Amino acid sequence: MNGGTGAARKIVLGFPLGWMLLFTLLPALVVLAISFTEKRLGAPPFTPLLVPGEGLLPDLNASGDNYALIFSDSLYIQAFAGSIRIAAVSALITLLIAYPMAYALARVRTGLRTPLLVLVVLPFWTSFLIRVYAWSSLLNSNGVINTLLLDTGLIAEPLPLLNTEFAVHLGIVYSYLPFMVLPIYAVLERLDWTLLDAASDLGAKPARAFFRVTLPLSMPGIVAGLLLVFIPALGEFIIPDLLGGSDTLMVGPVLWNEFFGNNDWPLAAALAMLLLVAVLVPAALVYRLARRAEVAT
Amino acid sequence: MDADQDRPLTGGDAPPIIRIRGVTRRFGGTTALDGVDLDIGRGEFFCLLGASGSGKTTLLRAIAGLETLDSGTITVDGDDMTGWPAYRRPVNMMFQSYALFPHLSVEKNVAFGLQEERRPRGEIRERVQETLDLLEMGALGARKPHQLSGGQRQRVALARALVKRPKILLLDEPLAALDKKLRERAQAELVSLRERIGITFVVVTHDQEEAIGMASRIALMRDGKLVQVGQPRDLYDAPSSRYVADFFGAANLFAGTVAGVTGGIATVDSGEAGADLRALCDGQSAGAAVTVMVRPEHIRLARARPAHANAMTARVGALSFLGSFYACELTLPTGKSVRARLSPLEFEAAGRPAQGDESHVWWEPAAARMLSQ
Repeated sequence: MNGGTGAARKIVLGFPLGWMLLFTLLPALVVLAISFTEKRLGAPPFTPLLVPGEGLLPDLNASGDNYALIFSDSLYIQAFAGSIRIAAVSALITLLIAYPMAYALARVRTGLRTPLLVLVVLPFWTSFLIRVYAWSSLLNSNGVINTLLLDTGLIAEPLPLLNTEFAVHLGIVYSYLPFMVLPIYAVLERLDWTLLDAASDLGAKPARAFFRVTLPLSMPGIVAGLLLVFIPALGEFIIPDLLGGSDTLMVGPVLWNEFFGNNDWPLAAALAMLLLVAVLVPAALVYRLARRAEVAT
Repeated sequence: MDADQDRPLTGGDAPPIIRIRGVTRRFGGTTALDGVDLDIGRGEFFCLLGASGSGKTTLLRAIAGLETLDSGTITVDGDDMTGWPAYRRPVNMMFQSYALFPHLSVEKNVAFGLQEERRPRGEIRERVQETLDLLEMGALGARKPHQLSGGQRQRVALARALVKRPKILLLDEPLAALDKKLRERAQAELVSLRERIGITFVVVTHDQEEAIGMASRIALMRDGKLVQVGQPRDLYDAPSSRYVADFFGAANLFAGTVAGVTGGIATVDSGEAGADLRALCDGQSAGAAVTVMVRPEHIRLARARPAHANAMTARVGALSFLGSFYACELTLPTGKSVRARLSPLEFEAAGRPAQGDESHVWWEPAAARMLSQ
């Protein structure tokens, strides 16, 4: 390879690498650094991590107090547990709704595919915040749903829909559905349907053929979809804030409150770092499971 | 062609293993199968032959239960298959693309059908190994399909269908995905495999040479209908129509009218040939419009005008040496072109004709066939 293309190659590969270093890794390191400082009044609202020392090298003024506090206070633990549970359950519900949609998209005649795909991504044309806010007015005790049910006489009292965990699940499933539909559709669209003919020919009834052939072969799309829903849902702030109740404890609102309410940047930073770990652990686990399944079968 | 005599045919009075009656299948405006009637005998190596779109694959899939019929019935070994889904039929199919499950190893691909039958584990293991060994794939059981060569994949697809011990094995273009060298070997292996296991094979192919080389009988299909059914030799020597004659290898065809018949030999007045042709009469009488067919290998060349029937002057056109024979293109005075196939000996005897030479062609009346359509 000559020098010219070598340089071009470096630029092409270097640009995304540089971008990631500058806008992903560096900010994460800054947050990591802040998580080991202590809250103080002033600007910035945290103690410096490095202070001038005796010699040439500065002394490290790190404190693990924020992490210790998080692990000792059940509020934070419950918030994490709540986030993980709600994100996991929502991701599974999303999967159950999205899979049949993706399947139908892949099997419908080609002329119908594009309009249906447009319908799947259509909600993105409206702001996320507005869509979630719309749900809060739909679920209100004098919102459309309750009014309709009351008017038809199906219920006597308005149903408590808003400010419940149910509303949070609903908001997550509704908001992230396209992220599940699209990767599964991408896999099913490329599936060789002759394989199902073969399964049937070999004696498999349709349901058996689905579980032995279609489902295993759609795993890459399912894994991608689960991660794409679980990860943002875990740190979700707007949905629990607008639709959740006082009993819906999730990390997002807690973190927001530490940062903006209590102005405790170090504690908020420590929560953010733990959230990052909480995202990375299941992601790595799912990735390894998927790899192992691929090797084993 | 003598090998034909050894191949099993639909056995006299024995009931056929497949009985197809009035089978019709339409897709939108096109009719893929148009009232097909066909019997296939037990133990036959039966070829469904036809150009693409002739309905041959649809017929195979209909036997497998992968196509629903608009009308007609298919009976397998005495059981009317109407309403039987594919997963209940005692037939198995080898798909053109092989359709191996990419997420399963060779062993698991082959075991798939037996697991669906809920066979005991030990029996499954035994039969899978036995079948893989039969196809010389015993050592590759742990591989995934993408780790196999084309020929090995074909064997896995065969093993997966055979392990179920079907009454009939359906093969959709089993050799199409193999390269030429491998194809010839695989063709011979399919024939010997059928002889060893003794079940009925129904093979779809678009390649007439493949069909001639493998089949006990051939059904030539066109536009969803059977054009002619018979042994390879019947279709080659006695095609029922111009279409069959043309489909089965090269044929010289001369349209004409029967002028008279004497002693089983007809005299045909053919404007295309510019002469009276003599050909074996197949029941046609004077005045009938016929086509005289002469295969290129029956065309003779002579330097001097021979004192034979069917002798005509012809100008030598393109000439190519193809190893075991010379392919020669000639033009009659009427402008009609004639294809001849000469052995090197015949080529010498004809005085080594060269392009542009004037020569003479002729053929034995017994080598010429008369087609009514």
